[in-house]
Amino acid sequence: MTSNSHSKIYQDAASALQGVKDGMTILVGGFGLCGIPENLILALRDSGAKGLTCVSNNAGVDDFGLGLLLHTRQIKKMVSSYVGENATFEKLYLSGELELEFCPQGTLAERVRAGGAGIPAFYTPTGVGTLVAEGKDVREFDGRPYVMERGITGEFALVRAWKADTFGNLIYRKTARNFNPMMATAGKITVAEVEEIVPVGELDPDEIHTPGVYVQRIIKAPKLEKRIEQRTTRLK
Amino acid sequence: MPLTRDQIAKRIAKEVQPGFCVNLGIGIPTLVANFIPETMNVMLQSENGLLGMGQFPLETEVDADLINAGKQTVTAVKGASFFSSADSFAMIRGGHIDLTVLGAMQVDQDGSIANWMIPGKMVKGMGGAMDLVAGARRVIVAMEHVAKDGSHKLIKKCTLPLTGQNCIDRIVSDFGVMDVVKGRGFRLIEWAPDLTPEAIVKATGAPVEIAPDAKPMSFS
Repeated sequence: MTSNSHSKIYQDAASALQGVKDGMTILVGGFGLCGIPENLILALRDSGAKGLTCVSNNAGVDDFGLGLLLHTRQIKKMVSSYVGENATFEKLYLSGELELEFCPQGTLAERVRAGGAGIPAFYTPTGVGTLVAEGKDVREFDGRPYVMERGITGEFALVRAWKADTFGNLIYRKTARNFNPMMATAGKITVAEVEEIVPVGELDPDEIHTPGVYVQRIIKAPKLEKRIEQRTTRLK
Repeated sequence: MPLTRDQIAKRIAKEVQPGFCVNLGIGIPTLVANFIPETMNVMLQSENGLLGMGQFPLETEVDADLINAGKQTVTAVKGASFFSSADSFAMIRGGHIDLTVLGAMQVDQDGSIANWMIPGKMVKGMGGAMDLVAGARRVIVAMEHVAKDGSHKLIKKCTLPLTGQNCIDRIVSDFGVMDVVKGRGFRLIEWAPDLTPEAIVKATGAPVEIAPDAKPMSFS
């Protein structure tokens, strides 16, 4: 903790995760390994919290990202759209050790956006007539069927941004934005891991992606590996 | 000879019109980009949050924060924009993407598609596919006409879990081009030069009508 009790800046990832308990729902930003809060995920593993429900588009890879918490069996349930890059995941799921709620990517993004915006449910055309719609309300609007999906919120949201100011205004970089802005709105406590923290006033208000009201805690990433899953290049 | 992967991609590229915003899936659909002329000002959308995807980066340009939906490092073209996943799928679901091309394990005569799951065997997830087939204005499938074991993939009713219902407009396979005529089956539009319409009808597990103006494909 910092000496200034009003400050949102925390000294390290472990202190920024104070209050994480067994059985909580944790929202985690990122797409694949791009834009994941690497240091917060490591700290979540080291916290030893168990029985977690993690809402994240993907589950990392075997030895990085949320894959680390699958190894340690800290995750009870995942809500994701795609887990194909993680062999541990497939094994745990097929053997019944891990609960999984598959959610179409756009529906997942919208469920978290809705959760953070105070909307408990909405109707979407995505997934009508598929396994995803089973047991859910389906209604016709203007002659087309839509399925009802619920908003999602969590006790904690862990996100990664490029720059933060001390109020918690966030700017993301390129496609590392992905799910981070929605996750940031839907956590009771949102923790942002950032590459750079600047004083208030230094970020142009027109350029801010996530207003600071959504962010309760900030850490500067001590280091970022930014691992690349598919390093594809051209010669010239 | 059936069409090569590149020939399938080249044929699909003909469906792209100037100014289109297009989302290309993984596999053969990705190759379509290679056959879209630069002069058409087409913007490629990548559902992780990029409109205006460019080619792969030079070794010196590689940026871990700039990837496509296949998790490959890419570049952004002039006029590109970055946005959140919610904005990305608002774009897709809201009908703002002109065309999406994706692969399939099965397509049926109602235009329903299965491409995300084999129960008890393959558990990877649907990613953005369910949103894309539900939301893009036009949905084209790039696929092999027949499975490796010889079984039909274009059938009366999908047996695998669906990705979407009544959503496919056109199929470009290694055998030819077929449209879905809802409630009636498939309609053959073009066939691979070395095959015959009869061979394609036989290789399809649902009724196929041959369009009056159907013709063999030509690749210059």
